[in-house]
Amino acid sequence: MNIIYEPWPWYIGGPLIALVMFLLLFAGRKFGMSSNLRTACAAMGAGKVADYFNYDWKSKRWNLMVVLGAIIGGFIASHFMGNSAVAINPKVAQQLAEDYQITSAGESYLPPEIFSVEALGDPFIIAVLLVGGILVGFGARYGGGCTSGHGVSGLSNLQIPSLIAVIGFFIGGLIMVHLLYPLIFA
Amino acid sequence: MRYITYLAIGIFFGIIMFKSEAASWFRIYEMFQFGSFHMYGIMGSAVVIGIIGVQVIKQRNIKPIDGDKMNLEPKDKGVTRYLFGGILFGLGWALAGVCPGPMYVLAGAGYVSVLIVIVGALIGAFLYGLLKPKMPH
Repeated sequence: MNIIYEPWPWYIGGPLIALVMFLLLFAGRKFGMSSNLRTACAAMGAGKVADYFNYDWKSKRWNLMVVLGAIIGGFIASHFMGNSAVAINPKVAQQLAEDYQITSAGESYLPPEIFSVEALGDPFIIAVLLVGGILVGFGARYGGGCTSGHGVSGLSNLQIPSLIAVIGFFIGGLIMVHLLYPLIFA
Repeated sequence: MRYITYLAIGIFFGIIMFKSEAASWFRIYEMFQFGSFHMYGIMGSAVVIGIIGVQVIKQRNIKPIDGDKMNLEPKDKGVTRYLFGGILFGLGWALAGVCPGPMYVLAGAGYVSVLIVIVGALIGAFLYGLLKPKMPH
């Protein structure tokens, strides 16, 4: 296996994510990718209208550096580290094609049916992306963390609140994919 | 100088997210269809190694490079905010197929549409800040 150009299996990706968490802990910080949303809102002046954003956000500027790094990392990986087509379970790919006319599994990283620039000509697609983003941002801050902050950091520290949040993530995700997708994308 | 460290950790994280396919819409969808072990393996192995490492840090009282103690405070107690916040997050995660780490990674990879998800996430965080006093926690 060529570690640079081939997709990474789970047993490479998972341990490296744990390593990122430990690197941040050793730097005196913690791993959680949604607290930067609060920092960014505070930096843009949201403290004028909501107390939640009145805090010492400058001490959290480090998490905006992690964000900048993640952007650069995405650029490097997608441009210089090989083919980015994602091969999922063929049965799921076939079901996506039959139910939602999403036929790009195995050929691309994200479905162009939703994420291509052309798809943005459709207001429905813009609404899907915007509402999805709002739910992610609102839910992550209401729940006090996301897949990294609760799912990795919190569970690693054996936090019951994180287990509740992760169960919530799955309840929400399963409702969306199994009950709401047929209504939204049919 | 410290900011360079955070930048480097972010770059490393971005590459991992992209190369492990954890930032792919297809993998998220497949996970919620229970179509593959891939995402469960990523999360599960990260957590198992995380639990072991955190235990070692606590038992040996290992300290960060220039601090007094590791950032491992217990989370606030409660159920409501974690359950309902979590469910809302999950709905968005599956609808856009993106969560807060990968959205930046995908923006860097050149997916312009993801900027709409990021703007949405900022709006969502802002709305939470506005509504926080009225929300059950």
